[in-house]
Amino acid sequence: MALAEIQHDYLALTRRRRLYGGLLVVIFVAMMVSGFRVADARNAGGFWQGLHQVGDFPAALVSEAVQKSANLPGHMIRALPALVETLNIALVATLLGCIAGTALSLAATRGLARWPRLVPVARRVSDVCRAIPEIVIALVLIFILGGGPVPAVIAIAIHTAGAMGKLFSEVNENVDLKPVEGLASVGATWSQRIWLGVFPQVAPNYLSYGLLRLEVNIRASAILGFVGAGGIGYELRNAMTFGQGKFDQAAAIFLLLFMTIVVVDQISGLARNRLTHGAPA
Amino acid sequence: MTTMTLQDRTIRIMDRRRRMALAVPALILAYLVYAAISFDLAGLAQRARLDNAAVLMADTVSHKIHVTRDNRRDALSVSVEGSARATFAPDRLPDWVAAQGSRTVIDLGAGHVVTYDGPRTTYDIPDYGPVTLTVGDGVTLDTPDGQVPAFINASPARVTITTDQGRVTATRARTETLRYFWGWEMFFFDLSSPLAGMSAGQVAAAVLWGDRIDPARSNLSLALSEFWTNDIWQHGAVAWALFETILMAFLGTFGAAFVALPLAFLAAQNFAPSRMLRFAVRRVFDFVRGVDALIFTIILSRAFGPGPLTGALAILLTDTGSFGKLFSEALENVDAKPIEGIRSTGAGALQRYRFGVIPQVMPVLLSQMLYFLESNTRSATIIGAITGGGIGLMLTQAIQTTQDWEKVAYYILLIVVLVIAMDGLSGWLRRRLIRGS
Repeated sequence: MALAEIQHDYLALTRRRRLYGGLLVVIFVAMMVSGFRVADARNAGGFWQGLHQVGDFPAALVSEAVQKSANLPGHMIRALPALVETLNIALVATLLGCIAGTALSLAATRGLARWPRLVPVARRVSDVCRAIPEIVIALVLIFILGGGPVPAVIAIAIHTAGAMGKLFSEVNENVDLKPVEGLASVGATWSQRIWLGVFPQVAPNYLSYGLLRLEVNIRASAILGFVGAGGIGYELRNAMTFGQGKFDQAAAIFLLLFMTIVVVDQISGLARNRLTHGAPA
Repeated sequence: MTTMTLQDRTIRIMDRRRRMALAVPALILAYLVYAAISFDLAGLAQRARLDNAAVLMADTVSHKIHVTRDNRRDALSVSVEGSARATFAPDRLPDWVAAQGSRTVIDLGAGHVVTYDGPRTTYDIPDYGPVTLTVGDGVTLDTPDGQVPAFINASPARVTITTDQGRVTATRARTETLRYFWGWEMFFFDLSSPLAGMSAGQVAAAVLWGDRIDPARSNLSLALSEFWTNDIWQHGAVAWALFETILMAFLGTFGAAFVALPLAFLAAQNFAPSRMLRFAVRRVFDFVRGVDALIFTIILSRAFGPGPLTGALAILLTDTGSFGKLFSEALENVDAKPIEGIRSTGAGALQRYRFGVIPQVMPVLLSQMLYFLESNTRSATIIGAITGGGIGLMLTQAIQTTQDWEKVAYYILLIVVLVIAMDGLSGWLRRRLIRGS
């Protein structure tokens, strides 16, 4: 009797769970479908009209690039300074952002903060820095400072500082406090405690997050170039707006950008692997 | 002996570490100096337009009303920010502008009075005296002492007088006086609305117990629809733009997850049917991730035109690569025991995946999706700026016209609030998922 009851209850529970799960999936799919329909309706060109044209532009690009394949290396070499600028933007912004993010994270970690009362303030600051998309700061700064790499650096650095402030403070929270206490007991100042007690523990994680951020920032810096902040994105836009006739140049820049991203991702992936799993014996 | 060598070695290691600890900051510093030179920081100080910054700051918190005289047609118009959509009707001019025939007296406050009298404009500046501008073939300037002071910028074709109270500009075509006011103008109702010029209290009173302004509907629905269709701030269009941005992020993130999940099975070591296929799928993921949202956006907007669908598809494609990699890593970490247990009951492959694998990986997958949803809200703003859709487009347009900085500030505020809200939502859902499971 009791067993039958339990079995009955269990089956009812399972059925109800499945029903809820199924309902959720149905609602979700309905949201996706209607979302796509709305997006399609508000788009300048429709999905089904455009679908067969997706290949047209890459095809035109590739065919012109193949036709003028002799020009490609030349175009790539000419785009190299712009690529270096894009990489410099990303690297400088990552460095500055990580330095600022370290300061923010130390101020935002309970137990490590120099001024414990400012912990919530530091957290809100990094939240806001993280929330502002790079493009917003970049566009406003381009208006004030004129086009060029500096607005992009500042924009990316602010966002990076916010993002790193959060990630680093999560790392800081897992720090073993014994070395810090030991240093405190021999009379070390706050900066000595952080420098000698905390940084050696968190450095691999910081570096790993910093490298991951560098990958993200290279993409961001290319995108910001597209809206006028210099670098390879700017060259790409110029080649693109010229259209047919300069597609070989556009293709060369596409290729260069793609190769750079892949190479940096690979190197940073290997380095991160070493940082988290230790050097191969 | 051994202690000595040990001590020696320790000291050597310590020395090396100390050198490293100094060398790394020195290297970073050297690189930053190189970057400062290559970015031409010194030249930037000269190129920086600090006056632009001042305009931006002032314009963000204030608005100006233009009193314009068309010198060719001898016609007067008063408008907010010089916008044709916000022009005061001739019989409803602000009380500081008095127009009588071809004579217009503009009171800028604090004793500053500008008078348009036909082609002659007189600006009476306290403690200085009247300045007269006469528009003929060019603009002639007459100051009380015959000198041109620093606050007047004069050339034969254009004279600009800038004071604390406002600005007067005269050219052959038109004479224009600007007066600055605190706050965002007509944020709720535009000039064409019957509710324009009412204070918040008056509107509330009209909504609660006033007579119907429009006999066809209640005052509340009138007020809401006037707010929604505000011609200057375009609240309706802004709300749509925000919705489009969220839509792009939502469709892109979850669409990518739908596409990536089955592919991730092919790329996971413990589920892949063949090594060749696994290798191929993983290279596809790498390729899609490497191509980057920027390039996808450009290619897709050629085919589909600008709009939210293009942005959503660009996010979808890029994130398929990222999700594929993350999901396949999650799948490689699943525990094989529950799957074996389900196999022992005679379950088929689909059932094994559904009941053995999905419950194990779902919390990880969902939490990753929610992380991406938040960051994609930001990406959607950026992609929108490039491909034309959502709040990103409105922001770039407002910035490129370089006059409506209060709108720029408004959009930035909305974007930041939107991203923080999405961050909060995704964090809340993630916590619920982790605790719930």
